[in-house]
Amino acid sequence: MSGNPRRGFLGTAAAALAGVALAPGIRLIELAGARAPGEPVTAKVRWGMLIDTNQCATGCTDCVTACNRENGLQDTGRPRTDAQWIRKIELKDLNGGRQHSAPVMCQHCAHPPCVDVCPTGASFKRADGIVLVDRHTCIGCRYCVMACPYKARSFVHENLTDQKPDVPRGKGCVEGCTLCVQKIDRGDGITACAEACTKAGHGAITFGDLNDPQSAIAKRLRELPNRALRADLRLDPGVRYAGV
Amino acid sequence: MATLVHRELSAGAWRFYGPLLVLGGLVAAGFAAFLYMEINGHHVTGMDNQMVWGLPHVFAVFLIVAASGALNVASVASVFGKLEYKPLAPLSGMVSLCVLAGGLAILAADLGRPDRLIVAMTHFNFKSIFALNMFLYSGFFAIVGVYLWFMMERRMSRYSSMAGLAAFIWRIVLTTGTGSIFGFLVAREAYDSALLGPTFVIYSFSYGTALFLIVALAALRWDARALDGAQTARLGRLLAILTAASLYMTAVFHLTKLYVTRYHGIESFLLAEGGIYPLLFWVGQVGLGGVLPLAILYAPRSRGTRAGVLAAAVLVVLGGLAQMYVTIIGAQAWPQPIFPGWQESSRFFDGEIHAYAPSVPELFLALGGVALAAALVAVGVKVLPLLPESCTDSSSPPPTSPPARPR
Amino acid sequence: MKFLAALLAFAAVLVAGLALAAGRTAKPAVVIERPGACVEATEVMRRDHMKLLMHQRDRTMREGIRTKPHSLAGCVECHASRKTGSVLGEQGFCQSCHAYAGVTLDCFECHAAKPRAQAAGAKP
Repeated sequence: MSGNPRRGFLGTAAAALAGVALAPGIRLIELAGARAPGEPVTAKVRWGMLIDTNQCATGCTDCVTACNRENGLQDTGRPRTDAQWIRKIELKDLNGGRQHSAPVMCQHCAHPPCVDVCPTGASFKRADGIVLVDRHTCIGCRYCVMACPYKARSFVHENLTDQKPDVPRGKGCVEGCTLCVQKIDRGDGITACAEACTKAGHGAITFGDLNDPQSAIAKRLRELPNRALRADLRLDPGVRYAGV
Repeated sequence: MATLVHRELSAGAWRFYGPLLVLGGLVAAGFAAFLYMEINGHHVTGMDNQMVWGLPHVFAVFLIVAASGALNVASVASVFGKLEYKPLAPLSGMVSLCVLAGGLAILAADLGRPDRLIVAMTHFNFKSIFALNMFLYSGFFAIVGVYLWFMMERRMSRYSSMAGLAAFIWRIVLTTGTGSIFGFLVAREAYDSALLGPTFVIYSFSYGTALFLIVALAALRWDARALDGAQTARLGRLLAILTAASLYMTAVFHLTKLYVTRYHGIESFLLAEGGIYPLLFWVGQVGLGGVLPLAILYAPRSRGTRAGVLAAAVLVVLGGLAQMYVTIIGAQAWPQPIFPGWQESSRFFDGEIHAYAPSVPELFLALGGVALAAALVAVGVKVLPLLPESCTDSSSPPPTSPPARPR
Repeated sequence: MKFLAALLAFAAVLVAGLALAAGRTAKPAVVIERPGACVEATEVMRRDHMKLLMHQRDRTMREGIRTKPHSLAGCVECHASRKTGSVLGEQGFCQSCHAYAGVTLDCFECHAAKPRAQAAGAKP
């Protein structure tokens, strides 16, 4: 190919440097691709999670505790109406009785039924794949709760006080896992549940950019046999499960 | 054909205001329930994160479906040319509007953020069948309003069949939309079916005719008159055919679901093992709402009689409420299958049948909406000339009647 | 003519009454705890703060833009009362003015009325 061989060398070197790890999980290419604070999100990034349920111990709820703490979810003593953004489902195989455990939260589908059914468009999918509820336009009709195959959404049944400043939530609106959007937008690059699971040493939850073939999550997705929950519905969730 | 004569309700003073006060009291109780739920949040009701749509929705959807069907009698006259029903057509249009208003009032009052109704009317997601339904409801008010006007104003009456046709088509689309609110949901095994739209249309025919019958008979009785034998028999036959059609749709819906292996769980729950749900389905929807009214309407002793037709209409309404309960509540009681083939359990009540007990605020909210519909009809028949002179028994003339206005 | 005179007299009495009552009307407690200017001029804020917030909320929700100057959390950081730590309450910056103007204050049904540091337990 024609062109300056020095340029070619510099270009290759730059690309190689960008691939070198600066810190675990963070590389120059991620910083370069990271969104500048004043800029809108784009579809260049698609946030997702991989949950390796083989690492999930029955009875472990570290992810649930971390999520509740990060997002200000409180236990009012009324479990039937308390919001739950992530929960551990204990599983038992109907044929054979093998027991298993998996955390389930909003699956952040690419084709979310909750977004389809919301009459005001409050339930929406952000460009980077995070499915959110815009509580400014939510009228609390609960149609999205009816429509979600994963029972991901909760309705707030009581007056709330002491909300976390970065996680506004209130009575009469519907809510669900936000992939810790407040942390993602801050640049933390990880959700509370994934962070807690990693810190505790279980390593069941990997979070990252599904669109980046070099990210940790993309690599693991290539290695570990994984699937979407209710794949028959063709919703293309951003959360994948291995081991179940 | 003799000119049609309609007039307003002749009941005055306590005979009118008495029942209206009672209805007003029920509406006030409903409003109080609404305020209680709104201020404290929905945790004071029987609804929770597993059962998000409760008793108010059962009544609201029933009223909305019946409202579109209440227009039936008018449609049969204007669209299908059965002029024998024409005297009852204006009342049919009015009842349809009032009952829809009552149903929508319940829905609006049960929203988590009813203060955001303006948002609901200005922000639309056009993929949502809910949003499309909002247009259909507003359009229904407009179209039936125009239809009523054409029916009641002499110089416009030649256009009333056109308006009637428009109203008929609109209401078919509207009720298909209402059924599709459920039918489009893949998440719930009791729904997820294209049949639900047309099924709701057929249900609306029978529920609407039954509700209209009850209201018409009550309004005429209030006016110290009664529907004549021929008209009663005709309406009874109409109700019978429509009730049989409802049974047919129910049968096809469940038989199809039963054929599909993956739905065996939900069908066995709703039809056999679910406790309250099979009871309401077989005794309520099929028995009281289908088989018994048909028996009454066809048995030689009761056929065509006023008592028989009224009894059948009341039973169809009860059966309709039972059907809505099974459709709305029963569907939510069955958990979403997130891991088919696995038994699930969690602190978020996955994998288990969800319990539900209607609470007092919900009951009052629902009854408040019904009372609102009835109160609107009461005011409507008092203020507008809707009650027909013909096809009613002239043997018992009303005590004090304003001069009847010929049309 | 008589009617016009009566109307004018009524208006005069009304205005006089309002003027006298002015002393008893609760005024908004605009206590600026932090020194320095607001993100926009006072006149702009008085007229348009609701428009700025409504525009910003869509940018934050739909586009993920959380920068100042118009973020609600930013307002709360600065305007929270030193005593109560909140923008609500009788002398709260937001609530007292909204109560005076008779405008529903919906934001804090969901949004925290206290600044981040306070919510985390640190002193304001």
